[in-house]
Amino acid sequence: MKSSVIVFPGSNCDRDVAVALEKMQFKNQMVWHKETKLPQSDLIVVPGGFSYGDYLRSGAIAGKSLIIDEVIKAANSGCLILGICNGFQILTETGLLKGTLLRNKNLRFINKDIHIKVLNNDTKFTNKYNNEQILKINIAHNEGNYFTNSNHLEELKKEKLIAFKYCNETGDINDDSNPNGSLENIAGIFNSNKNILGMMPHPERMVDEVLSNKDGVNLFSSLLK
Amino acid sequence: MKITDKIVEKHGLKPEEFTNIKKLLKREPNFLELGIFSAMWNEHCSYKSSRIHLKKLPTKGKQVIQGPGENAGIIDIGDDDAIVFKIESHNHPSYIEPYQGAATGVGGILRDVFTMGARPIAILNSIHFGSPEHPKTKSLLNGVVSGIGGYGNCIGIPTIAGETKFNETYNENILVNAMAVGHAKKDKIFYSKAKGLNKSVVYVGSKTGRDGIHGASMASAEFDENSEEKKPTVQVGDPFTEKLLMEACLELMKDNSIISIQDMGAAGLTSSSVEMASKGSLGIELELDKVPCREENMTPYEMMLSESQERMLIILEDKKEKEAKKIFDKWDLDFVVIGKTTDTNNLTLKFNNKIEGEIPIEALASKAPIYDRKWIKKKPTKTKFELKNLKKIKIEDALIKILSSPNHSNKSWVTNQYDQMVMCNTVQKSGSDAAIVRIHNKDKAIAVSVDSSANYCKSFPLTGGKQIVCENWRNLISVGAKPLAITNCLNFGNPENQEIMGEFAECLEGIKESCNFLNYPVVSGNVSFYNGTNKKNIYPTPVIGGVGLIKTLSTPMSHKFKKENSTLILIGKTFGHLEQSCFLKENYSIIEGMPPEINLLNEKNNGESLLKLIDKNLILSAHDISSGGLITALSEMTFTSDFGAKIYKPKKLTNLFKYFFGEDQARYILEIKTQNLTKVEKILKESNIYYENIGFTQENYFEIEGELKINTKDLFKINNQWYNNY
Repeated sequence: MKSSVIVFPGSNCDRDVAVALEKMQFKNQMVWHKETKLPQSDLIVVPGGFSYGDYLRSGAIAGKSLIIDEVIKAANSGCLILGICNGFQILTETGLLKGTLLRNKNLRFINKDIHIKVLNNDTKFTNKYNNEQILKINIAHNEGNYFTNSNHLEELKKEKLIAFKYCNETGDINDDSNPNGSLENIAGIFNSNKNILGMMPHPERMVDEVLSNKDGVNLFSSLLK
Repeated sequence: MKITDKIVEKHGLKPEEFTNIKKLLKREPNFLELGIFSAMWNEHCSYKSSRIHLKKLPTKGKQVIQGPGENAGIIDIGDDDAIVFKIESHNHPSYIEPYQGAATGVGGILRDVFTMGARPIAILNSIHFGSPEHPKTKSLLNGVVSGIGGYGNCIGIPTIAGETKFNETYNENILVNAMAVGHAKKDKIFYSKAKGLNKSVVYVGSKTGRDGIHGASMASAEFDENSEEKKPTVQVGDPFTEKLLMEACLELMKDNSIISIQDMGAAGLTSSSVEMASKGSLGIELELDKVPCREENMTPYEMMLSESQERMLIILEDKKEKEAKKIFDKWDLDFVVIGKTTDTNNLTLKFNNKIEGEIPIEALASKAPIYDRKWIKKKPTKTKFELKNLKKIKIEDALIKILSSPNHSNKSWVTNQYDQMVMCNTVQKSGSDAAIVRIHNKDKAIAVSVDSSANYCKSFPLTGGKQIVCENWRNLISVGAKPLAITNCLNFGNPENQEIMGEFAECLEGIKESCNFLNYPVVSGNVSFYNGTNKKNIYPTPVIGGVGLIKTLSTPMSHKFKKENSTLILIGKTFGHLEQSCFLKENYSIIEGMPPEINLLNEKNNGESLLKLIDKNLILSAHDISSGGLITALSEMTFTSDFGAKIYKPKKLTNLFKYFFGEDQARYILEIKTQNLTKVEKILKESNIYYENIGFTQENYFEIEGELKINTKDLFKINNQWYNNY
């Protein structure tokens, strides 16, 4: 599998995700935002960070960058796209994923380990997980409060496009287990073709027992087939 | 413009200092030159009151690559790896404008580290606020915490350890100290010393604006009721640009084009250019019309004194400009040759081809004033309270009072606002005795901790100074790291006051003694005087940041109980020292007497033996005992663990309050597998270490025989309430 990680000025999880991909035997390349061509890739990762400083709206400028046109083209021809954290925000800015990420409900940056539940394991991104499996995973964001309109929410539910929901240790999905105020505890979604996944939690931070746990490993290994 | 006495005073210069300037120049300075003298001769940049005392600190050792005097200190951690680190204060700006003050404090210290060729791998902080009831505290706390987070999170360097404390002594003058730690290759370290004539002096990074003009002078004066008016002297941070600047500098550092490099911190372009020239015994000439400016019509005076952030000065090898510029173009940063090195030994400032100012470099650097200020010794205080006369309380209530107090409450409200995991090398986060960061792609790690004990330092500075180094040392030992070196941030009041100067001299004497004995040299640091408002000085608050090495990272050591039915050992003697204790402060509002004595021999012996036990894999968990005593330390070991503990009644010291709340030093609690007990005891006996078997771990409850029994989850809840209700 060949992967590309897009690097914007201000990306800061680019190295982290590259390390995780290489650990999982992906052949990875870093792609600078001023490039106008993407290397041949099976997977494109839009990593976390503060692209262009995020002084406007998170992901807004990255969503209009040179390389992003190529990412959109690749996505439309079926390439797998994974947007993590700022990457998820950027994908919503491009329109590849619908909805938006608002300021966290408590108006503060949140970094902690939380739990999410796998809602659909019948996808290229999640097939190594069990359905309803609970993962312990790290979040780190200012704007992770997912919101979308009611039509799209219906579509997400009907088409099983919700990838993960925030829950507690025992899997309860409720307001107490919702760290940032996301609509219906949504932590990650697919597009209708299920070749694009955007998620706020950081799977690349969960691939090493010394640091945390290995709950993120199966996301990358699902893609390896 | 005629330089009047009033203008001199406004520049923070004393009349005798002005006379001295005229002598050195052999003429009157013009307005620009006066501004430059004021920037270089203020306390913050010149260390004029502290220098003679700082000289006494031990700064050498086998592990030291670079001691104080550079942008940061550097130590050797084996192989080709070096650790670059320093702590710095940003107290004054943070009180005036908490978010930007704290943010730029982080930004500044990060630049000090990557200037030397290191990639920053961790940020730490020590923040002190006034009493929680003070009307300003809440907004200052919010602003400072989000400022620290805002900068570190955006630039993508984990903020992994620190301390947040409250004390009314900081009501009108908070402390914000930030520490940065970086990793470099030993053969790729960059210094600020200029070399060679006619070399290009290059300005890189952000444009210069009018922000922060006279910031360093502001930080060298006490506050008064008009402090708010000083807002324009606070700089504005841009972590995004700093991220670009960091990546661009590190990219340029891969080849050999840099002769020397210096960040523009306090006193901006002035101090960076003077520093480089002075270290290289050269002159430097700047053409100020070439300085990239953010605002129109900026004068040479404003350019030289601006403290706009995210800027660097580089002296380049010949013919390297083109390649270097390419890198900065890639990162969309300014790159302008603004001057050259000269043989005049002067700082020469040109504007529109006219010389606007010319000052001998040595007048600004080596000839800057040095004061041997008068100071008086602190007399030992006698304590008035008697334990038996105090109102009776239950042990349980006293413990709860401590665990739910602002200073002992769980700090996750603070630390959850910091990205602690980015860079994916954080092995242990905030909330441990020390945080642990792995060296990228290696199986070794460093442990880091910052500590302070203002109450101890206030009551008896000599002991306080000693204690704080020891506590820091203990924190690193407790996570299995060999302590290597420290950086210190010395926060004090007005040095012109003899008592305050005495606190400074004696704290430093204490720090010196401990550092010498423990082979724990000081490799970098910063002094912040004039912390106070309207003659009310803060408690002396030296902050120690320590770095230790974990050679091979197997199972990281933490203070969380690991198993049921393990044996608990207390090493170090318990005398029951309650003066200056958290127990008396929280329960009786008594702050009296002397801090606990430090026995350096025991300190070293106990610590090194524990390290041996950890290396031999005989310890399940370890925790040093500090503020709050044995019972508080034990409670902390139950937090987020599945296990509690049952503790026996003490056999020797019969006063339970003294035994459980005493703050005697050089003590640790160890959890060991019961089958390893004989092995552990053998090593402890061989090393002549006093120890006690104090109990064992059990499920669910924290218990003291016949005295208290609390569910550990409830105990943790108590510890978590304060911030959420504040």
